[in-house]
Amino acid sequence: MERRDFLRNLCIAGASAVGVAAAGEAGAARQKKEFVSVLVDTTRCIGCRNCEVACATENGLPIPDNKDKTVFENIRDMTPDQWTVVNRFDTDDGEIFVKKQCMHCNQAACSTACLTQAMYKTENGPVIWRAGKCMGCRFCMVSCPFVVPKFEYHSANPKIQKCILCYERLEDGGIPACVESCPVDALQFGSRREMVRIAQNRVADYPDQYEDHIYGQDEVGGTGWLYLSAVPFDQIGFRDDLSHEPVPELTQNFLYAVPVVFLLWPAFLNGMRYIKTEEDEEAQIEEVYNPGDES
Amino acid sequence: MSESQVPSSPQIGGIGDFLRFLLSEMKPKGNLITPFNVISSIIVAVGLVLIVIRFVYGIGSITNLDQDNPWGIWIGFDVVTGVAMAGGAYVMTFIVYILGRKRYHAIVRSVVLNGFLAYLFYAGALMLDLGRPWNIINPIIGNNFGVSSVLFLVAWHFMLYMAAELIEFSPAIAEWLGMKRLRKILGGLTIASVIFGITLSTLHQSGLGALFLMAESKIHPLWYTEFIPVLFLVSSVFAGLSMVILEGSLSHKVFADRVSKDLHHRHDDITIGLGKICAGAMFVYFFLKVLVLIHGQQWDMLMTGWGAWFLVELIGFVLVPLALFFRAVREENVKMVKVAAALALTGIILNRINISVIAFNWFAENPYTPHWAEYWVTATIICLEIWALRWIVNRMPVLGDPPAWARNMDH
Repeated sequence: MERRDFLRNLCIAGASAVGVAAAGEAGAARQKKEFVSVLVDTTRCIGCRNCEVACATENGLPIPDNKDKTVFENIRDMTPDQWTVVNRFDTDDGEIFVKKQCMHCNQAACSTACLTQAMYKTENGPVIWRAGKCMGCRFCMVSCPFVVPKFEYHSANPKIQKCILCYERLEDGGIPACVESCPVDALQFGSRREMVRIAQNRVADYPDQYEDHIYGQDEVGGTGWLYLSAVPFDQIGFRDDLSHEPVPELTQNFLYAVPVVFLLWPAFLNGMRYIKTEEDEEAQIEEVYNPGDES
Repeated sequence: MSESQVPSSPQIGGIGDFLRFLLSEMKPKGNLITPFNVISSIIVAVGLVLIVIRFVYGIGSITNLDQDNPWGIWIGFDVVTGVAMAGGAYVMTFIVYILGRKRYHAIVRSVVLNGFLAYLFYAGALMLDLGRPWNIINPIIGNNFGVSSVLFLVAWHFMLYMAAELIEFSPAIAEWLGMKRLRKILGGLTIASVIFGITLSTLHQSGLGALFLMAESKIHPLWYTEFIPVLFLVSSVFAGLSMVILEGSLSHKVFADRVSKDLHHRHDDITIGLGKICAGAMFVYFFLKVLVLIHGQQWDMLMTGWGAWFLVELIGFVLVPLALFFRAVREENVKMVKVAAALALTGIILNRINISVIAFNWFAENPYTPHWAEYWVTATIICLEIWALRWIVNRMPVLGDPPAWARNMDH
């Protein structure tokens, strides 16, 4: 039975190959790096906007003039060609400068929303956008709780633009351009676990200087960017009403129900139809047995 | 069933005859210079120019969309509302082919055709709203399946459902072309495609609602609920049927010479019957809406301006048409059924636009209002669809009886 042996061996070989591959994957999953993170200490920021310049330089965007202080007169939002902005807020505690950019959520709504995986949560943490896959539906913009992705409405070949956390620099072992440019250590880069610990220590060590709230630690299930503040976060342009539940979980139940409906519904419809046909046949039989019974 | 109503099918001798038949059918029938033709031609001509501008200078050149409002009426009305209104096809095929209610059989073809064209044109209008439509191939050919996305599900279901509806309608095409063997084969596929189509519709009608679930932080709490998918599904039943009622009585007049005697006699009876189903579905919908409102414990919000707007939708365009439907059915008042259907449809437009546009980013200082060109392009799409519908109804056995040879092919 040489042939059967051969087949059996082939099966064993195949199964073990799959097994090894699966084990390898599991191993890789266990070794997976932690998400990267940036901690923003708004009590340190001096509003120099060097980060805006560094971001534009790094990503080939128009370079903003950071000598111009009039920009602070209005609260600005990111634009397709400015991926980060620093705003000034007049608060109970005086002027506070706050840098704003993509939050790089742990469970990103935008990447869940994307039907082509153009918006993509990399395994290191940065959420990136891939031009070759995007069809420009803007569902990422609808879903993002921080209104981050920006669309080029006046282009025939429009792109979705947002901070990509300098993921190419990170791959080469570097740190994000904005963090590197910060002269006062208002921005710190590291693993998320480490940044949460630093933030917690700072709040614990200087309870008079900080609100007892690390923005991004729990919001929408946790974000890659974390913020410390001297005043309540709603005073410096953050929404304080966001759920701690990751946004993608809002559609999870619906998506779980889809395969169930897909399998059960046709069977159910077929059953209904079958019963109906049976009924019709019964009625016909009855008619044969009771001819002339009109009622 | 006079012979004049049986569409002329070609006597196929060879390819030449067949092509000659097709060519003769391409020609428009009837008077070309009618008020509708003139107005719709102007709308379409300008609309096509606008579409060219959109593709050259970008979506922002003819829309008022911005970074806070990425979806306007092209999605909120054309797609989200349009698909709800096209829900009549899956409801009617359910009633006729699953429940076996034969008295509605006479309208099922026209309803399926309307549904198919609605999907083709309104989902087709989606291409105008896509920034990078050339990449639409990605989620289709499978090099990039974003399976965690509700939009992925909706997109696939659109495509598959359009195929199912085309198969459901295809016997009429075969009858028009006089292809007897093909007609027999296609007729045999009807039940399978009906069951497939109803399943797909259940999922994508609710899926359209599920698109907005992740926008929890942006939609006004009176409209946002985790039950949006269920509400969308239930409301698509009476939205679709209301459309069938109105569209049916309209095409009954416009295409009077194409309507079979059978359908002509039954038309009022059918309208009342559909009104009855609408009343039932609307009752369930109203009940659910109230239940969600109570469950959400947001009574205080009803006292705000947004609350008033919410009540306009709920009372004026759900409760009132619901009561009208019930009364019309009891009094067998066809006219009142149509009034109720018109109110119910208005309510559906309000509801879909509220969720996708008006109550979306309700806190914004500069709310989005559509650019005139957005309305114009929408009107263009509707005109094109009517042209297509008219072309088909005037040629194929849609409202009239099938040719004699095809009459006993099913069952």
